[in-house]
Amino acid sequence: METQDTLTFTSNGIYCSAGDFYIDPWRPVPRALITHGHADHARFGHRSYLSTDIAAPVIKHRLGDINIETISYGATVQVGSAKVSFHPAGHVPGSAQIRVEVGGEVWVVSGDYKTVYDGLSDAFEPLKCHSFISECTFGLPAFQWKEQSVVFEAINAWWQQNANDRRVSILGAYGLGKAQRLLCGLDRSIGPVLTHSTVEGTNRVMRAQGIALPPTQQVMHDTDRKAQSGAMIIAPPSALESSWARGFGDISTAFSSGWMGLRGVRRRRAADRGFVISDHADWEGLNAAILETGAENIYVTHGYTDTFSRWLIEKGYNAKVVPTQFGDAEEEQGNDV
Amino acid sequence: MKRFAALISDLDQTTKTLRKIAALERYFREAPPEDRIWCLALFSGRRPKRILSTTQLREWAAELSGLPLWLLEDSYAVVGDLAETIALVLPPAKGNIDKSLSEWISALRAIAGADAEEKRKFILEVWDALSGQDRFVLNKLITGGFRVGVSQKLMVRALAGVTHKPEAEIAHRLMGAWNPEETSWEKLIEAEDLGTDLSRPFPFFLAHGVEGEIAELGLPENWCAEWKWDGIRGQVIIRGGTHYVWSRGEELITDRFPEFASLCEALPKGTVLDGEILAWQDEAPLPFNLLQTRIGRKTVPKAILSKAPVILYAYDLLEWQGKDIRDRSFNERRRMLESLCANQSKALPLRLSERLSFDTWAVLGDLRDVARSHHAEGLMIKNKQSPYGVGRKKGSWWKWKLDPLTIDAVMIYAQAGHGRRANLYTDFTFAVWQGNDLVPFAKAYSGLSDAEFKDITAWVRKNTLQRFGPVRQVTPEHVFEIAFEGIHKSTRHKSGVALRFPRMARWRRDKSPQDANSLEDLKDLLNTYG
Ligand SMILES: [Zn+2]
Ligand SMILES: [Zn+2]
Repeated sequence: METQDTLTFTSNGIYCSAGDFYIDPWRPVPRALITHGHADHARFGHRSYLSTDIAAPVIKHRLGDINIETISYGATVQVGSAKVSFHPAGHVPGSAQIRVEVGGEVWVVSGDYKTVYDGLSDAFEPLKCHSFISECTFGLPAFQWKEQSVVFEAINAWWQQNANDRRVSILGAYGLGKAQRLLCGLDRSIGPVLTHSTVEGTNRVMRAQGIALPPTQQVMHDTDRKAQSGAMIIAPPSALESSWARGFGDISTAFSSGWMGLRGVRRRRAADRGFVISDHADWEGLNAAILETGAENIYVTHGYTDTFSRWLIEKGYNAKVVPTQFGDAEEEQGNDV
Repeated sequence: MKRFAALISDLDQTTKTLRKIAALERYFREAPPEDRIWCLALFSGRRPKRILSTTQLREWAAELSGLPLWLLEDSYAVVGDLAETIALVLPPAKGNIDKSLSEWISALRAIAGADAEEKRKFILEVWDALSGQDRFVLNKLITGGFRVGVSQKLMVRALAGVTHKPEAEIAHRLMGAWNPEETSWEKLIEAEDLGTDLSRPFPFFLAHGVEGEIAELGLPENWCAEWKWDGIRGQVIIRGGTHYVWSRGEELITDRFPEFASLCEALPKGTVLDGEILAWQDEAPLPFNLLQTRIGRKTVPKAILSKAPVILYAYDLLEWQGKDIRDRSFNERRRMLESLCANQSKALPLRLSERLSFDTWAVLGDLRDVARSHHAEGLMIKNKQSPYGVGRKKGSWWKWKLDPLTIDAVMIYAQAGHGRRANLYTDFTFAVWQGNDLVPFAKAYSGLSDAEFKDITAWVRKNTLQRFGPVRQVTPEHVFEIAFEGIHKSTRHKSGVALRFPRMARWRRDKSPQDANSLEDLKDLLNTYG
């Protein structure tokens, strides 16, 4: 079936002419629907924003004084002649897939998603649609995640070992989503958990909106950093090689990201450990999610789009690569937000 | 293989030297000796004989994982390592086999003679019975080439720690043509004497680059200076009526340089020389690319032999009359070397490295400035009192290289890198002007910072004119300063020149493509320095 152009790909991003709005646009637009608060999705400068009620506090925390309306998961709002609803994407708290229906034609924009439940974000909701715009950050069969509990065990074992050796553990994690997910998986009997101010900033916002997070203690400028042996510190990845990290004395460092599944990346990042844990779907997850939509048309974006679309075409889908601001859809490795 | 796989993980999981050494020491203490010797072999680049082609591995991995071959290839391009790619894409293991490292190597050897179908069955079974790291390590045993960030130096330290033998002795024991299938841990590492391996070379002593002011080396009279040539560092061993030639990469290259056989007659038994192998004619070195024609081949046809004859440009004597004299001072070794080389026929492929006379650092600086006109790439400066050391140690041997030659060129093609860099454009082709045309003359892939690679990658994506497979032709817009060590005439290149060690010295964002150099400029450099 030839589809209508419910959504089109413009130089500003994904556009719906029936409702005159954009989804996660990368240039300033009058009306922007935002899947979640990560910087590559929620940008400055739009005249009005629409996001889920759960995602909004963090978006405001990042973008400051913006004109934002909210909507809860599953609720439908009429925008022009388009029916729009937001559904859990399982990526980070409040993250959404956006469903757009115009004249019976249904499109879903996945945003970033993962299909496994992380215990913190609302679980990914499979949606039926005609056309599915899917991310494929980890769209290669080399990316297959282990169960979360197995990864948490490995992280706790590393922490325990460091605590036995009177070392400080510093775990690098993105401040929005990954950091909080890890916090929930730490074995608190091992030692105290400290946070970098960037991470704690997001924690504070989430706690204020009623998301339950285990207690943490922010590293302040007057914290005695030499007296923290045995502690776990959650910090943004960029802080791992800083003088801030070295100030803790004998440390062991680790990154947590899907890219850590690749030995070359693990070894070249100058950290002691790399834990393979991502808020994106792995190869199995992407394929399962796409199958469940029942969609015939798959548009892929973010990641190994050329390879992944070819794979989908061989599987019988009508798959295309979403043109992005990069001229083509390759993304640099290391982007895991 | 759990223990060996765990060692690889331990080594991968720390960036700290002391923790790496501790992991190695633990392995050398706890693993059975027949595993230890294989660990030493693998970490020093001695791979077991390859029993399967990578094509077979790819096809069978695609089969077992149910993926099309092209998808496996695409994944490989990103992962950057075939053994790892296969370990990652295969479905989870159902069985479980536990064999030690040496048992696995025997098992692989046992199927070496089997037909393809038997091998296939064996591999599929093994893959299905190994998980995660074990599977990766087994694949590595098949494909070869362990890179675990363990330098020879680190291994020597760990072995010295375990055996309580001096590091220099361990380094010497690890040198040479030993083969894990023919020797043992006991013989190689533990035995009282170093054994009767006549071919065993000494560890090479390596120089550091001069960092600060040359005058910081102290009094000039304490130092000896020589030209630094661009050849192949080699050790020529005359023992027991035969000779061996070793490269610095510890490759036995005797057969590639049959000329040196004549040294057997001319020099006494029990002589070991250190020097530079150079292509040589009319008492002057020939360009390195002529020497290069000799490197890749196991046997050398007459035509090439006469076109690129070699000599050993000897600069040190390590063994004399069967005695290791590395402990003696450079001055003393040099005197012995001089008398050894004196009165030798010019027909012999042996020349004594010229000793440069200078009484002040300024005079030496002037010599360095004219090094290129002597076809040298700089100077070697050696402390007269120093013994011949092991490995790269600071203090007594220095290299004082010339600044590289440079030329401004326009980037015209880009290609993605491998591994971590698979999604970054890192390999570029550069061109200079010939009239209104851009003529490619060099490829380079190093020299930029990560941030610059990111920038240029974003730009390449937006400015691709044409794709040729993995290569993209881009708008000729960006100018880079290309640095290189030497320039030679070449008939194989469109530009007519070949560069030695080209790299990107700087991204000249301040220059527009019109400002780049021309082919004529390049030819001028060729005429001056080629
Ligand atoms: Zn994203
Ligand atoms: Zn995201």
